[in-house]
Amino acid sequence: MEFLRENVLQKQMQKVSLENRSFTIIQDKYGRDIAGACFILQHGGSVKFRDREWIRSDEYRRFSAEVLKFQAVPVEAIDASGCAINYHGLDNLLPLKKLQCLSLQRCPHVDDWCLSRLYLLADSLQELSLAGCPQISERGLACLHHLSNLRRLDISDLPGVEYPGLTQILVEEMLPNCEVVGTDWTQEGPEEQPQDPASPIHAKPAARDLGDPCGVS
Amino acid sequence: MPGEPSNLMCDTKHLPPEHSDVVIVGGGVVGLSVAFWLKKLEKRQGAIRVLVVERDHTYSKASTGLSVGGIRQQFSLPQNVQLSLFSVDFLRNINEYLAVVDGPPLDLQFNPLGYLLLASEKGAAVLETNVKMQRQEGAKISLMSPEQLQKKFPWINTEGVALASYGLENEGWFDPWSLLQGLRRKVQSMGVLFCEGEVTRFITSSNSMRNSDGEEVNLKRIHEVHVKMDNSLEYQPVECAIVVNAAGAWSGQLAELAGIGKGPPGTLEGTKLPVEPRKRFVYLWHCPQGPGLETPLVTDTSGVYFRREGLSNNYVGGRSPTEEEEPDPADLEVDHDFFQNKVWPHLAQRVPAFEALKVHSAWAGYYDYNTFDQNGVVGPHPLVVNMYFASGFSGHGLQHAPGVGRAVAEVLLGGCFQTIDMTPFLFSRFYLEEKVLEQNII
Repeated sequence: MEFLRENVLQKQMQKVSLENRSFTIIQDKYGRDIAGACFILQHGGSVKFRDREWIRSDEYRRFSAEVLKFQAVPVEAIDASGCAINYHGLDNLLPLKKLQCLSLQRCPHVDDWCLSRLYLLADSLQELSLAGCPQISERGLACLHHLSNLRRLDISDLPGVEYPGLTQILVEEMLPNCEVVGTDWTQEGPEEQPQDPASPIHAKPAARDLGDPCGVS
Repeated sequence: MPGEPSNLMCDTKHLPPEHSDVVIVGGGVVGLSVAFWLKKLEKRQGAIRVLVVERDHTYSKASTGLSVGGIRQQFSLPQNVQLSLFSVDFLRNINEYLAVVDGPPLDLQFNPLGYLLLASEKGAAVLETNVKMQRQEGAKISLMSPEQLQKKFPWINTEGVALASYGLENEGWFDPWSLLQGLRRKVQSMGVLFCEGEVTRFITSSNSMRNSDGEEVNLKRIHEVHVKMDNSLEYQPVECAIVVNAAGAWSGQLAELAGIGKGPPGTLEGTKLPVEPRKRFVYLWHCPQGPGLETPLVTDTSGVYFRREGLSNNYVGGRSPTEEEEPDPADLEVDHDFFQNKVWPHLAQRVPAFEALKVHSAWAGYYDYNTFDQNGVVGPHPLVVNMYFASGFSGHGLQHAPGVGRAVAEVLLGGCFQTIDMTPFLFSRFYLEEKVLEQNII
């Protein structure tokens, strides 16, 4: 019985690994931005190329081949909320040198090790959301100091952060030019129901004012 | 905190088995790593019987638990960089390597904040050369000028710093107890036996052979290990095929027990294992205005080092003493004057905020210090043919344990190193006087 359960556990881990392999064939043919976009779309996320509308896949993870046409257009924003991206899957996102907004909300496999790789996006990244990620702790948040262009950071609802109030203060000190959004831990009372991670991903980002290039909530 | 008794061992009063294929002396992180890899690499499940003998189940003096817990790739030897890269990969995938059914996942509490090495004019060229090699091996290290350093870490006083190297990924520090506990739980599930006792004697037999030059060589084999149990004057004999010396700070003593070094000076037989315990102090202090959340593990030109501990502006650090300052390793008492006179002035010089700090506690631990070239000894002894070494890491044993464990298992099971070529780390270098010097000792 133990053997069967070990087997099941291994199969689950293998599935996540397989889904996070590098899209090198697409990368070689169409470039890194399209490869990164395909990767996210396959995972159920959304992508925004510069001066284009958001693109997302349907419930069967299919998406339009129009993506392959955007060869010279950089990816500016990614909404990977709830996606099963892991440390290796990030290989597909880190080469996106014009990425300005990234949402990794509620990503179940994004952990401190993943955050330690985000320094590669330091030149372009302005907005980052890590809200609701179960595996992130304050140790991973400390790595974000590399992101010198960050203007907005959402670190709310992180169950792995033991002292959210103190952590937020330390992160704010660390990133003086960045607006840090955390859980309002001072307020008691009923909260919004947390999104069920098993439900279909709400791929469409919340509406934003026209000044915001990204539109990621 | 270190030194606290832990309940890592249960059933310690059991006697060791009468026979074991491999007896590993030392149940710290290196010994357990060897045990893990032996069971992982054995050709068929259950093929190798492994016994770990550890004389202190509280690990009160073991280097593992007293360690500051750092891991870095910033070494001067390629093999050390490779070992470290493998180890960090092991740590990142710890819950795949060490998974046990029904066991909760391990949390090593890894802080991925990197090491920051500061070099003066004198050391800048060597630093740059080392970084070039580290990058070639795949480490992600950046070089910084004093200006860049000042901009990134405004709390540093860059006076006297000519160049700095900074680990961007895969460097930082973690909780050594979690690793030890995880290894322990895993190897037990793989069938490794444990015994709490002290090795007091080896029963050996000798064999005279002629080598290719026609000279007579005296080869020895260990047949039996005598384990003295606690609270008993008796010993338990364990018949074995191979002994692994993972006794850390006491590995030199253990080697002598096997007759290593007992011969005319200048001969192979007369070459001792040059590993001895060296005491190192670690201090924990509080500094309300100290460096913030982003602080790496900083090692200064003066040899002083520190890192943050927790969220409340506490820091741990220390400094390796010079040869003249070496404290008496007979006990683990802390010298508080050493902090006042030899550590604090340099801390305050480099980080002005540290002028106002308060020490809360301190402890001491041992480096298993290789007096010959400050690097590990790995693999079989040339004469005592079935004693395998895994010690002498001089302060970087914890971070290399996963890689070293694998290397020892490879050479023990397969006769040669497979993944990382640890040939330069063999014992014979002491007789041949071929130093494999590691320059970046902290």
